[in-house]
Parts: sequence; structure tokens; C-alpha cells
Amino acid sequence: MGTTERGPPWTMQNAQMVELRGASKSYGSTVALHPTDLSFAIGQTTALIGPSGCGKSTLLRLIIGLIQPTSGQVVFDGKPVGEDNLLEIRRSTGYVIQDGGLFPHLTAEENVSLVARMMEMDSGKIQTRIDELSALVRIPRDLLSRYPGELSGGQRQRISLMRALMLSPKVLLLDEPLAALDPMVRAALQTDLKRIFEELGTTVILVTHDMGEAAYLGQTIVLLREGKIVQIGKLEDFQKAPKEPFVTEFLNAQRSLVAL
Amino acid sequence: MRRTRNSERGTRNPLLRILSTLAILCVTCGALAQQTVTVGSKKFTESYVLGEIAKKLLSDAGFQAQHKQGMGGTIILWQALKTGQIDAYPEYTGTIGEEILKKPGLNNLEDIKKALEPLGIETTGELGFNDTYALCMTEKRAQELGITKISDLKSHADLVVGVTPEFLGRKDGWKPLASKYGLNMSNVKGVEHALGYTALGSGQIDIKDAYSTDAKLAENHLVVLQDDLNYFPQYKAVFLYRKQMPAAAVDALRKMEGTIDEKRMTALNASAENSKDYSKAASEYFATAPKAPATQTPIEEESVASSILHNTGVHLLLVGISLLFAILVAIPLGIVASKRGPLSSFILGTAGVLQTIPSLALLALLVPIAGLGISWRTAVLALFLYSLLPIIRNTATGLQDVPGTLREAAAAIGLTPNQQLTRVYLPMASRSILAGIKTAAVINVGTATLAGLIGAGGLGEPIISGLNLNDAPTILQGAIPAAVLALLVQGLFDTLDRVIIPKGLRLGEARP
Repeated sequence: MGTTERGPPWTMQNAQMVELRGASKSYGSTVALHPTDLSFAIGQTTALIGPSGCGKSTLLRLIIGLIQPTSGQVVFDGKPVGEDNLLEIRRSTGYVIQDGGLFPHLTAEENVSLVARMMEMDSGKIQTRIDELSALVRIPRDLLSRYPGELSGGQRQRISLMRALMLSPKVLLLDEPLAALDPMVRAALQTDLKRIFEELGTTVILVTHDMGEAAYLGQTIVLLREGKIVQIGKLEDFQKAPKEPFVTEFLNAQRSLVAL
Repeated sequence: MRRTRNSERGTRNPLLRILSTLAILCVTCGALAQQTVTVGSKKFTESYVLGEIAKKLLSDAGFQAQHKQGMGGTIILWQALKTGQIDAYPEYTGTIGEEILKKPGLNNLEDIKKALEPLGIETTGELGFNDTYALCMTEKRAQELGITKISDLKSHADLVVGVTPEFLGRKDGWKPLASKYGLNMSNVKGVEHALGYTALGSGQIDIKDAYSTDAKLAENHLVVLQDDLNYFPQYKAVFLYRKQMPAAAVDALRKMEGTIDEKRMTALNASAENSKDYSKAASEYFATAPKAPATQTPIEEESVASSILHNTGVHLLLVGISLLFAILVAIPLGIVASKRGPLSSFILGTAGVLQTIPSLALLALLVPIAGLGISWRTAVLALFLYSLLPIIRNTATGLQDVPGTLREAAAAIGLTPNQQLTRVYLPMASRSILAGIKTAAVINVGTATLAGLIGAGGLGEPIISGLNLNDAPTILQGAIPAAVLALLVQGLFDTLDRVIIPKGLRLGEARP
């Protein structure tokens, strides 16, 4: 870990789990993401941060093939993302979105086990895996028979995380998973997320707009603005050596980082 | 020898024995089916009564006689006769010339027989009465205005004319009559026949068309205006029948020839309208006819309760079958239509157009189609077509309403497109889809009364026959069960909601 922490990600020695090679996305004349080169090393947690519309969610959608790049390509575990391997890539990726994305007509447990059941996984194995995961995300087993509508926001995010982890994914994609939660619940979940990431050693890509969260969970922070990468590094790099005045502006806007 | 052994083994095998019994039964049924003779009748009292008399005569001659009552207008009956859905029906010489053969002036029975022959249709001799069209007024009003003949109407352009929609449209109907007599009334309405008498009595209309044997003429103190320019053709009653009809059946029908004059027909009509019972009126024919064969079997009378039960059963069957097919077809179409684009617009547009076709017009379009005709199949097809739009539209809307984030989630967690549809989209749209099916079912219960127009039974039968008789109790025998049925269907679907819609979707809004 020592060597990787010193340099920026594109010089990292580790094998790359996900790579963007000149990938861009435009909608008509609107550019959501300019051509971008970016790598995510195996086992690392990378936080993508920036103001609304900076392209951080677009980047995440490109990786999981929800949208196709206008130019360039996305390479997942050494293979370019295409129509033929889309399902395989999605099944080796965990995906959590802001309000959980749980299906309201299924119980928490049915949500968690849905894809495993579609893959006709042995039901005994499914149960064992659910037991492991409910312990990992610290959700009482009896809550799993409830419907999403009967759970709190924090509980829904924990269930959503269970669903994402069900098939032991190589990559975990989190799109502002804690944005809608109140501060107490969010802090508790942040602590748990950090523990889970360390325990599992999975590659994590986290989209957030909270610099505190990015710094706490991410080993590397990528700051984006208007579809372009502004700076890559750690919080100290941003504070001590901002590449653009915007970096400082952005940090100053994050009140939780400023001594009140 | 081998054959004998095989057949012995065959009879020992219980399955084979059952099969051979069934085969024999089928053959027997086939033979019986050949002996069935179906009589049709038009949608007015006299035609009903003549149909009942024919049914009785055919039964007495050993046939399994059916009477499809009140099948609508001339063209529907004629099509049914030509295509063999019915074997015979009562018709009038004037109508045959004007409406069927389109040869105005062809009124001689011998000429008519010659013209019908190449069509495979034959006719009995005249039954004995001339049921011509006539114009009538109340005695009181006619006296006030001093009107006795149609020419007298020329100087009364302010009178309100209320004639049956059929008379309004006929080639020998109102318009040519008005031009022949030089009448120029501006207020001419189409009014259903039985309702027209009520309107005449209450003074809402002054003049209406009538049949010269109409029971209502004497009852309501009406006078027939003299046809002083001999406008109306002769409408002598006969029975039309198919050439293929068994000779014994033809003989049975021909027993009616020359047995009914105007007076007798008017009396039978009056009896039918007073007793609200056509078969009873028909039995009067046999009771009073000196020439008629002695009645061997009484004409069966259905009790009100059992007829309501029967009609409700048929009604439910029509609704159920059409709805089932509509569900099977409309949900896949709705899935296709949920993806916005030209195909979606086409599907929703077509279903929408179907919905706007009035039921009578739809029936008129479907009846001439081979294999449909005057049957329950036509009614089911019409109901099926009417059921499509609500189900297609609600399926499409329900699917479109699945939130974008959940669509993305369904794809992102690794469900195949098929699994996304069956595991996420359709269950989430279930409430909307079920609401569409419920709408279709309730509309269907009401619309299925159209089956009565084409002799396919159901609760429309008493409604239409009641309308014809201007008899509220008969109408209610159909209308009340139909309304109750609609409520029951509503209730049934409210229960189904609880079974089919996933519990998670029936919770209140998700807590924040």
C-alpha cells in the first residue's frame, strides 16, 4: 500500500480493475464527460467528488454499461465493456444508489436474493450468504422479511448494500449512497462502510458531494468539474497544492471541513 | 381371426370402450344435429309471434326447433339465412322486392320465387295478411285537423313526424313518400317503434309509421291515414327458407299458408303485447285455428327466475370469454406500446378507434364476415375488441410509470431484459394493469347487452324485447341483473387487487 499512496493513480503499480481510456459522453451538443483517462486499482477505494453536473454519476453509469461512451472505451478487469459481456460485468459489480433502489414489491430478503435466485443459486447457499451479509452490514435478520416501505432510510441503504454484495462482486459502485440520510445515521453508516471496505478488500468507486466523506472513505479522491478531472489526490494535496482556484473554492464551500 | 381377437381385446380395454362409446355418441349427435331447424325473427312483436308459431309447427313435425328471437333488421336476418345460420324466417313480399332483391315493384309472389331461386332461397305461399306500412295519428288530433288521408298532410307542415329509424332510411320509407305526396314537414325524427306510440299518446309527435296489423292501433285509438296515392307496396307475409331445408320442415311451415288474416294477426299481436309472452300468443293461434293440427305438446313457458338465471349465465360467459382473450392479447400489446414510438402510437391509436365505433355499427361490420354471422362468436369478438383499449393503455402507462432509478437499478444489478420485465416492471405495474382489466370487465358487462341484438342471448335479450314491447318489467329483468353483475364484477376485482398486487406496493408511501 505504501507505494500506491505516494503517487497519483495513473502511475500506480497495482493491476487495474477498471480503466477509462479516452471515454467521453455527450448528449447532443451537451458534453456530460470530456474524454477522460482514469484507472481504478484493485482493492482501492476511490471517491469521485464535485458539484452537481460535474460528470461523476455519468462516469459511474459508463462503467456499468447503463450508458455507452460517445468516444473511447471502458475496460473492466482487462476486458472492454460491450454488449456481449454486459450481464457478466453487472453481476460482478455491486451497485448502490441514493435512495437504495430497492424494489418496493419485494421484501428486503427477496431484493437481496433476486439475482442469485435468477441464476438458480442453491437456496441453502443463498441463506448462508444472507446470514453472513446481515451480520456484516449489521441488520437484524428479522428485518429482512419487511418491505422497503416498512424500513427506515438507513436500513434501506444497509439492505441495498447487502444486495450489492450478494454475489461477492469484484467492484462496488456507490452513487451518493448516504446523501439522503440524516447526519447521525450517515456517520454510523460511514463507520460501517469503512469497516466493510477494509474487511472485504473490494475495489470501491464512491460518488459523493461531501469532501469529509470522500476523505474518510477514499484512499484517492478525484475532483471533477463540468465533465473534466480537476485534480486527483488526497485531501492534503487539495488543501496544500490546489491545481486551480476552483479546488480551494470547492473546499471552502464544504462547511464541515472549516473550523466554525 | 386376428381382427376378431383385436376387437375382443379392444372391448376388454376400458379406455377403448369409453372411446368407442364416445364415437357412437358423436355420430348420434351428428344425426340429431341434422334434424335441428332454426327459425329466426325480426325485432318486433309480429315477427316474434310468427317465429314462435313456426317453432311449434316444426316441433310437432318431429324436428328439434330453435327460435332465435329478435335478431335485428332485414339485412342481418337475410345474411343469416343465406349463410345457413338460420333455416327460415318470416318476411314480407314488399321487403323482399325493395330491400333484399333491390327490385322495386317486384311484388308478385311468382316473380319473387323466380328471383330467389338462384340464391338458394325459397318461399312459402302467403300466410294470409298484408302488413303494410301505414301512417297513423290519434283519432282526436286527426278529427281536430280534419285529416283522413295522407294528401291532407300537405297543408300541415308544422306537424311533428316521429317514424322508426328503419322507416326513415328505407327506400320505400319516409323521404320518397314525402316527395310523392309533396309533404314538407321540417320536424322529422327517428323514434324506436314501441316508444313512438308513447310519444304519440303524449303529443310529443303527431304522426308515426305503423304496421297495418299493429295491435297498438286499436288499443291507442289511432287512425290509419288513407294511402290515397297508393304509395305503400304490398307487404304480404311469407316464410323464407333455405332450399336445403328438409321437405318435412317445409311442409310444416306451409301449414301456415292462408291461415292468418289481418284481423287474426292483429289479435295475436295484441295478445302477445298484453300478456308479454310470445309463446302464449303463438299457442292462441293453435287454439283458435280450425285448420291447425291439434296441439300435442304445450309450448314450454320459462319461469322468470330461470330465464333471468339462464340469461345471466350466458351474459357471464360472453363477458368472461371475451375478457380472457382480451387479457391474453392486450397485455403483450401494452408491453410493446410502453416503449414510446410510432409502433406505440399505432397500437394505442387503433385500439382507440375501435373503442369509438358504436356497438350497432361494429355488429353491422362483423355480421357479414364468414364464420361470424349471427352468433355468440360475433358478440364475443365485439366485446373482445372493446376490451382491448383499457387493458393496453393501462399496461403501457403502468410500465412507463416505473421510476427511472428503479429501471436503472434493475439493469445494473444484472437482471436480463426478460427478468427485468417479469420480476420488476410487470409486478410494479400490476395495480395499473388490474385497474385496466377491471374497467374492461365492467364496461363489458354493460356492452354485452348488444348480444341480444344478434340473437346471442344474455341479459340484452329481455332488454331488447322489453323495449320492443314498451314493457318496463321485461326491460328490468335484463337491466337489474346487468347492474348487479357490474357491481359484483367490481367487488370481485377489489378482492383480486388484494391477492394479485404485491403487498409491498399496497403500503403507504415509504417513510422518509
